[in-house]
Amino acid sequence: MLGELDEVAEAEGWDELLPPTVADVMRYDGSYVAVPVNVHRVNWLWANPEVLDEAGVEMPTTLDELFEAGEAIREAGYIPLAHGGQAWQDATVFESVLLATGGTEFYQQALVDLDEAALGGETMVEALETFKRLRELMDDDMSGRDWNIATSMVIEGDAGMQLMGDWAKGEFTAAGLTAGEDYLCAAAPGTQDAFTFNIDSLAMFRVEGEEREAQQALARLALEPTFQEAFNLAKGSIPARPDLDMSEFDPCARQSLEDFQHTADAGGLVPSMAHGMAVRADVQGALFDVVTNYFNSRDMAAEEAAERMVNAAQAAL
Amino acid sequence: MDNVIRRRTLGARAARVTLYAALLLAALFYLLPLAVMLITSVKPLAEITPGTLLALPQEPTLAPWAKAWGEACTGMRCEGVGVYFFNSIAIVVPAVLISTLIGALNGYALTKWRFKGSELLFALMLFGCFIPFQVVLLPMAQTLGWLGLSSSRAGLILVHVIFGVAFTTLFFRNFYVAVPTELVSAAKLDGAGFFRIFWRILLPVSAPIIVVSVIWQFTQIWNDFLFGVAFSGHDTQPVTVALNNLVNTSTGAKEYNVDMAAAMIAALPTLVVYVLAGKYFVRGLTAGSVKG
Amino acid sequence: MSPSPSMARPADGPGARRSRAGTLHAWLPKLVLAPSVAISLFFVYGFMLWTFILSLTNSRMLPSYEFVGFAQYARLMTNDRWWVASSNLVVFGGLFVAICLVLGLLLAILLDQRIRQEGALRTVYLYPMALSFIVTGVVWKWLLNPGLGIQAMVRGWGFEEFRFDWLVDPDMAVYTLVIAAVWQASGFVMALFLAGLRGIDDSILKAAQLDGASLPRVYWRVVIPCLRPVVFSAVMILSHIAIKSFDLVVALTGGGPGYATDLPATFMYTHAFTRAQVGLGSASAMLMLGGVLAILIPYLYSELRSRRHG
Repeated sequence: MLGELDEVAEAEGWDELLPPTVADVMRYDGSYVAVPVNVHRVNWLWANPEVLDEAGVEMPTTLDELFEAGEAIREAGYIPLAHGGQAWQDATVFESVLLATGGTEFYQQALVDLDEAALGGETMVEALETFKRLRELMDDDMSGRDWNIATSMVIEGDAGMQLMGDWAKGEFTAAGLTAGEDYLCAAAPGTQDAFTFNIDSLAMFRVEGEEREAQQALARLALEPTFQEAFNLAKGSIPARPDLDMSEFDPCARQSLEDFQHTADAGGLVPSMAHGMAVRADVQGALFDVVTNYFNSRDMAAEEAAERMVNAAQAAL
Repeated sequence: MDNVIRRRTLGARAARVTLYAALLLAALFYLLPLAVMLITSVKPLAEITPGTLLALPQEPTLAPWAKAWGEACTGMRCEGVGVYFFNSIAIVVPAVLISTLIGALNGYALTKWRFKGSELLFALMLFGCFIPFQVVLLPMAQTLGWLGLSSSRAGLILVHVIFGVAFTTLFFRNFYVAVPTELVSAAKLDGAGFFRIFWRILLPVSAPIIVVSVIWQFTQIWNDFLFGVAFSGHDTQPVTVALNNLVNTSTGAKEYNVDMAAAMIAALPTLVVYVLAGKYFVRGLTAGSVKG
Repeated sequence: MSPSPSMARPADGPGARRSRAGTLHAWLPKLVLAPSVAISLFFVYGFMLWTFILSLTNSRMLPSYEFVGFAQYARLMTNDRWWVASSNLVVFGGLFVAICLVLGLLLAILLDQRIRQEGALRTVYLYPMALSFIVTGVVWKWLLNPGLGIQAMVRGWGFEEFRFDWLVDPDMAVYTLVIAAVWQASGFVMALFLAGLRGIDDSILKAAQLDGASLPRVYWRVVIPCLRPVVFSAVMILSHIAIKSFDLVVALTGGGPGYATDLPATFMYTHAFTRAQVGLGSASAMLMLGGVLAILIPYLYSELRSRRHG
């Protein structure tokens, strides 16, 4: 059903141009079938500097610091962590916590390879418990809230921080705020050496003749520096090819690219489960169910949730 | 009874007051959401703050309505619900007319031209009123694909006709059963044909049931969400799907006033029909006490 | 509506009709019915069978016909979310039907007391039935939103401790579905009962009152038993609405918090259409059909029986 793009890929040298992890996502049965247009980083923490100042805290870099900062922000009279209670947002926060708790290797085992020992093990229980504790930093009315409404709580200064992917930057920019001054960005606490990616790509369906030529041309253009720069400046993400000049981008995007290259070399680049990069849609759905149900349940033990994770992965096999 | 009413005791009068109070309280319960919807839809966003749910707008504005109609984002597009409102009309009108016509002919054939097994056929068709539509969604999606009607208005019209005919047939059958058969038999003796009898004898007396059928089908199809969300494309969404998308679309601050205006726009056609022809609406709901 | 007498003719035995019926005459009615019957056979019965077949396969994103027996049903039985959805349906359906019946009957009895402006009140009680469940969901979501809705309003009146945050409470959210659905459908039940009350012979009431029975007693002992058929059909219609409820959940709670307000209808849609689990979705649809049939068959049975006798 999908058309292959191997000719373009070879002519343009995609194998060298793209980081191997990104290239893998674009291939099906060994052939390129899609062209990446950007890379989103999911494990970000956003914050309102005025709220942090008033609470007398710095941008947290570990989970412990996150909870300490949260307490201080609450005492200063703000909502510590803005969040929207929707399954994908719960999963977005969860995967960052899991990454901070277990590291990239554990993340890979649990959420990509669906390894049963990892899914049902102690590290998972710990990650789940920490994740659940984050709920105390959130307000009561979060259920069903859209992510950008949560972002606007940070923008307006009602809330201190938000764990969300780099698309949140679009909201800050639209509100006329400057990165590093009016709002802060940092890797999600405890995940400085990791990068959970969510890649938007154009998948190419199989076509023939002239249409095929047009398709190949489109695939070539999508990776051209001009398009990559313009598109990603607008979207808040970073270009899919790491060799571009980043002077036009804001500090958050530059840091993102730096971390992207560095984690790609050091093996810290992992696909986002919450954004459909890691597992099949049905497995993802089953994991979402467990995560969101556990997060919203009053009395489910982390051990039980971990057990259900194992079942979710099994049932989907 | 009149003299009974006049000889009211104090106790009876108190009971009467309580009665009216209870009825008015109930009326408030039913009216509150409509009132809030209407009030919110003409408020500027700045006036929508905690605790002002029922406060009348200080600076009433129709801007939320204009935005809901022509500018608000429904998913990736920002053209308001206006285009989808016309989509709904383009789907509803043919679907209502076709299903009513087929239902009338079916009801006529089932009652005035009974044959062996016709009751069984009726029972067979009636079943279509009762199935949960989830059970036909997947095969329907595939069939529409084969017919080349995926994501098209024509496809939605077809779906609504298919599952509407069971209801319209029921309406007309139950109505025509009560029309005296002598007339039809006489016409048959005179040599009048199937369609001629329908045209000359049944149709002239059918006005009430046609109104019931049209109103019923209109409200059902206008208010449909399941088929709309499952089988429409970006261009062919009915207004209910667009409304749901509008409410769930995230861009900047949440504009509750625009949400409410869009909800009013989606609700108005059926509300107007209900106010103008409520009697028939009730009759449709209660027709034969068999409803889907 | 009644035909003019001049057109009616007394002489029309079945024999006369048969002698005149040409071949086309005999076939035309069947020909007219044929498309509808064919449509019904294919799109209702055929599709039910088709969905059943899909439920026996391991279809994921697209239908495949690799049969796995009843494995999808077994998976459903071990799926926590399915159980949440099913038990929600029992809670939601049960309360929805019961409250609608009580409220509808109460309003109908009150309205039946020679009320001034009865027509206006009836219109007010019944209008929600004309709305789409999507509209109902959107409005009630706004009213029940703790930050800006009823809770905030009552707090604004000075009751700072007032809490009405069911919409965001996983244990209570399912009851918000009940509130909105009752608001929408109870007026309709009122109309059904009112029609039933108007159909009761006045002389029965008078006779009972002459016997010295108090008004509530008359209603309890005489009137309500007369309304049994109305109760019966109201229960049918309401439980059918409950089983089909999909739009209301989508618009009001989105199935949340978590999946605390999922119903079988939303479960089926989510799994079949957004989670690439066509096999599992089909199995859940078949169980929904089973639920409807369990209610419908006794109903149709009694309907047909009474029709035959009446």
